[in-house]
Amino acid sequence: MTFGTILGAWVAVFLTLAIFSYLYKDNPFYKVAEHVFVGISAGYWASMFFWTQIQPNLFGRLWPASGYNADSFWYKIYNGLHFLTSTVFPAGGIDKGHDMHLIYLIPFALGIMMLLSVSSKLSWFARWGIAYTVGMAAGLRAYGFLNSNVIGQIKGSAMQFVGGDIPFFALIGNSIFNNIVILVGTIAGLAYFYFSKEHKGAFGKLTKLGIYFLMISFGASFGFAVMGRISLLIGRFVDLIDYSKAQYNHATIWILVVMIILLGYNAMKDRDKNLPVSKDVA
Amino acid sequence: MKDKQFWIIGAAITVAFLIFWMLGHPGFNSERIVMFVAIVGMAGTLIYYIRIAKRGESFFLRTIPGLKAVEEAVGRSTEMGKPVLYVPGIMDMDQVETVAGVIVLGHVARMTARYETSLNVPVSRSIVMKAGRESVRESYTLEGRPDLFHEDIVHYLTDDQFAYAAGVNGIMNREKPAACLYMGKFYAESLILAETGNSIGAIQIAGTASQAQIPFFVTACDYTLIGEEFFAASAYLSQKPELLGGVKGQDMMKAGIITVIILSVILRLFHDLGWIGWDVLNFLTVQ
Repeated sequence: MTFGTILGAWVAVFLTLAIFSYLYKDNPFYKVAEHVFVGISAGYWASMFFWTQIQPNLFGRLWPASGYNADSFWYKIYNGLHFLTSTVFPAGGIDKGHDMHLIYLIPFALGIMMLLSVSSKLSWFARWGIAYTVGMAAGLRAYGFLNSNVIGQIKGSAMQFVGGDIPFFALIGNSIFNNIVILVGTIAGLAYFYFSKEHKGAFGKLTKLGIYFLMISFGASFGFAVMGRISLLIGRFVDLIDYSKAQYNHATIWILVVMIILLGYNAMKDRDKNLPVSKDVA
Repeated sequence: MKDKQFWIIGAAITVAFLIFWMLGHPGFNSERIVMFVAIVGMAGTLIYYIRIAKRGESFFLRTIPGLKAVEEAVGRSTEMGKPVLYVPGIMDMDQVETVAGVIVLGHVARMTARYETSLNVPVSRSIVMKAGRESVRESYTLEGRPDLFHEDIVHYLTDDQFAYAAGVNGIMNREKPAACLYMGKFYAESLILAETGNSIGAIQIAGTASQAQIPFFVTACDYTLIGEEFFAASAYLSQKPELLGGVKGQDMMKAGIITVIILSVILRLFHDLGWIGWDVLNFLTVQ
């Protein structure tokens, strides 16, 4: 086994146990893991966004290799940028399989406007980018939501109640009883979110039924998610057990012992600090 | 007929569409007629109720305990001299929950400015940070306390989901906020955040439409705004007539949807019994 693999295992064990140490209380190990995690991930995502989105999808469409013409004004600008950094702007245009789409100048300009927020005088430009993002998303998603969440739900609720192939009762699957439960649950759940009428009388009973349906579905969802989390926990334990083997120089055992000793020492020091000062000593 | 102008324009558009339809409706995809009817119906309902709300008609809106608790939570933080922590979810401004979260942030910021309470808003997206700052700045200015605003109120942590959760947990443990508000779109980090907030004894109010995360918030928070309650929050908190009209309009849409569901069930039943040939399921299928 290479040194790099063993070192990786030790780092993984340390970070896993440091995060788990939070179960005891907030402590220096957790703080180290937290700050390393936040810092590295912030840098990682910034780099990822640049190299997977901005460089190939934005610059790659503005200055594609397929349209490269050294004599054109547009590619003279590119060559200037290439002179500044050849990693981002390689010679001969960016070859990511795109054609030239100058419409991408709009997101490019919006991106520049977002960056202008560093200047207090020009920071208002950033609002254009926010307005574009919110407006575009609202328009784009309205149709999809209406289709799936409204019309799809109505269609899904118009279920089969008669017909030879459907049983009256089945624990799992399509049955008249289950379809009635779904229909009543949908209507009662929807009624609960009716705000402009007080939940009293017959309507109140319907909304109460609605909240029961919601709570039952939340309970089922909670149990399902907890099962998923337990499987993730088992995954971490499997790794920790693997890393406690001799081939990894017993990484889990060593780090666990050192952590317990240091946390215990720290707890004792804290306890001594919090002890009331006796009158004799004072 | 509370709004004559609306009904006249509505009738004129309907007549114009019927003429267009009888002339063969060129360029109109008739397989998507159900979407067209839904969009026009819903937009018309919303516009109608917003208009009559603007004209001064008041609507009854039932109390939502979670929204009343927002002011109590800020008040509690003020009394204890501790900050308010506001988490606007982990997604970008292209998600409707994040937009709603930033709008509610504006209302919360007005309260913190009024009570001179410290506000802390860690975010995980750069655009949300910018939008959040604008919203908080505006609130502090409207409350006449621009001196209390500083850009670090809304600060970026990281884009990574669990690194963000770890960072917010760290803030909770070290600053010990008296109130934690989670309003936006959440995924698996929801329980981690809410559990930590619970462990430090903060009053917690959550609002989200993320169906899979609502159970966690219901379990660990004092109040949870479920789905539509969260979207109605900004109308409740601002009491602006146009927003209240929007809530009333959405209620009428819900009543309409319940009616359509019942009608669809009856029509399907008749079709399955062979009493009618028209299949409602085909009509409801958007091609």
